Amino acid sequence: MMNRALVLILLCASFSAQAELSIQITQGVDNPIPISVVPFAWEGAGVLSENVSQIVINDLQQVGEFRALSPGNMLSLPNEENEVFYRDWRVLAQDYLLVGKITRATGSQLVQVQYEFFDVNRELKLAGEVLTGSVTQLRDIGHQISNVVFELVTGTRGAFTTQILYIVSEEVGGQTVFRLEKADYDGQRAQVLLESNEPIMSPSWSPNGQDIAYVSFETSLPRIYTQNIATGQRRQITNYPNINSSPVWSPDGNRLAMVLSKDGSPDIYVQDLLSNELIRVTDHPAIDTEPSWSRDGSAIVFMSDRTGQPQIYQMEVGASSFNVERLTYDCFQCMKGQFLPDGVNMVHVRRETRQDPNYQIAILNVETLRVITLTDTSLDESPSVAPNGSMIMYATKFAGRGVLDAVSIDGRVKFRLPSSQGDVREPSWSPFFN
Amino acid sequence: MVISLFAFAACSSTGETDDAASDSQSTSAGSSATSSTGSSSGRLSQEEIRAQNALRQTVFYFDFDVAEFKTEDRDTLTFHARDLAANPNKRVRLEGHADERGTREYNLALGERRANGILNYLIVNGASRSQIEVVSYGEERPAQSGQAESAYGRNRRVEIVAR
Repeated sequence: MMNRALVLILLCASFSAQAELSIQITQGVDNPIPISVVPFAWEGAGVLSENVSQIVINDLQQVGEFRALSPGNMLSLPNEENEVFYRDWRVLAQDYLLVGKITRATGSQLVQVQYEFFDVNRELKLAGEVLTGSVTQLRDIGHQISNVVFELVTGTRGAFTTQILYIVSEEVGGQTVFRLEKADYDGQRAQVLLESNEPIMSPSWSPNGQDIAYVSFETSLPRIYTQNIATGQRRQITNYPNINSSPVWSPDGNRLAMVLSKDGSPDIYVQDLLSNELIRVTDHPAIDTEPSWSRDGSAIVFMSDRTGQPQIYQMEVGASSFNVERLTYDCFQCMKGQFLPDGVNMVHVRRETRQDPNYQIAILNVETLRVITLTDTSLDESPSVAPNGSMIMYATKFAGRGVLDAVSIDGRVKFRLPSSQGDVREPSWSPFFN
Repeated sequence: MVISLFAFAACSSTGETDDAASDSQSTSAGSSATSSTGSSSGRLSQEEIRAQNALRQTVFYFDFDVAEFKTEDRDTLTFHARDLAANPNKRVRLEGHADERGTREYNLALGERRANGILNYLIVNGASRSQIEVVSYGEERPAQSGQAESAYGRNRRVEIVAR
């Protein structure tokens, strides 16, 4: 079922800022859907800074479901509907066709991207639209077109306009520098949100994507902060003794689940962001950490080593601390549990046995107890699920360095994000922004 | 367990030298040990030299998945505790660390558990809680990079840092 042959989109040097092609699809599906994306015509002066049709091709190929035809093999290069001859695409066994052109909007600095999307076999136009924006928004427009194509073909909402947070640490002049960065889902257009000589950990998004929370050691102690993406305004949320970590927003955006060890050992707490009221959720002398919310915000999944090794548990917020449900049994260590949008399948980090030193990303169906292990490397951690539930991004090691990989939830497709230098880890996939 | 460690410490303060780590030093200072019980003579007692050597060890390593410090570090930590007790104005920070295996949040907690083990031992042996700050860095500040077992062993540690 798996296509073990590695498909590398680009092997040549990727030193330029236009590093979009350095993404590697390390594993794809056997029978990807054939699609032709004809290079979009540019009917203005000069050269555009972004290649919109190539952005669409990269998006679609990256998630593994599609294979794009090379323009060199196309029999014609249409840019709009009246230039499309279905026969040209049927003989090339293409299922879908995307064409488009970019023009300068009259009397302004804006550009207009017109695209049209066709079902070759049914000889049917499925979508067509004109998107207007500045030249700097061409990349966003490309991702928007990818969303439309992906949803029309697969029935699943595309996540190509989402973003990720992650942490980078890098040795600079004998000192370790820590950065919190934000980038497009594919690692492009990275921006530094916070830089520090002290560690930064556990970035997470608010449900509306406008704020983030994270742990910073900038005062020399781990404390929880929130930061508004647009304004950059920061707020220190906690200053309790000992560990303050693992902030995770509730689905309604009003509360933060977190880990505090102020009362002796790490336990799960929930802080109301408006009233600052603090509720203790777990109360156990062992380590309780890694909270994640149920979809409706009534329960919290967490990890505890109360039986000696880390296992995953769940309990209602506000319930008696005796009222805990254990979710994992058949692993030496099961950690960092988080439900997929279906509420039945739980992504987690898994070490099968004490003898097997590998930490891998797996999915447990809590009803059938079936386990699917998605990765085959040895130091995989920090899984974060795309908002459409289709892919999981996680941190792993490659050639001794921390890198970010993504895998589809059926394990069939994998890709690796480009990273120039330093140790990259703790990806956090954003929600949909609209 | 804490009680028994305390008994050991009390015994060790009056007992013979059996600490292999300070063998070479105790040999070189052997003559002074019999003639002096304190530093008033201008020469250090064997016990004081042992203490000095012990205080130079500020990094304590841990076995995989183990939060208790190693038995061989007990004497050294006892000297650290007595040093804090004798110098009430002295402040230290216990910095706990883990290797990179396992998740980051769990390692943050493990680093704290290791540091707390040493914190409790220091307090039981005379240090004051107010002299000691505990912070865990988890796996965020490795002493040595790489995926070798030797690197992991150096990263599972608690450091006593003067403030």
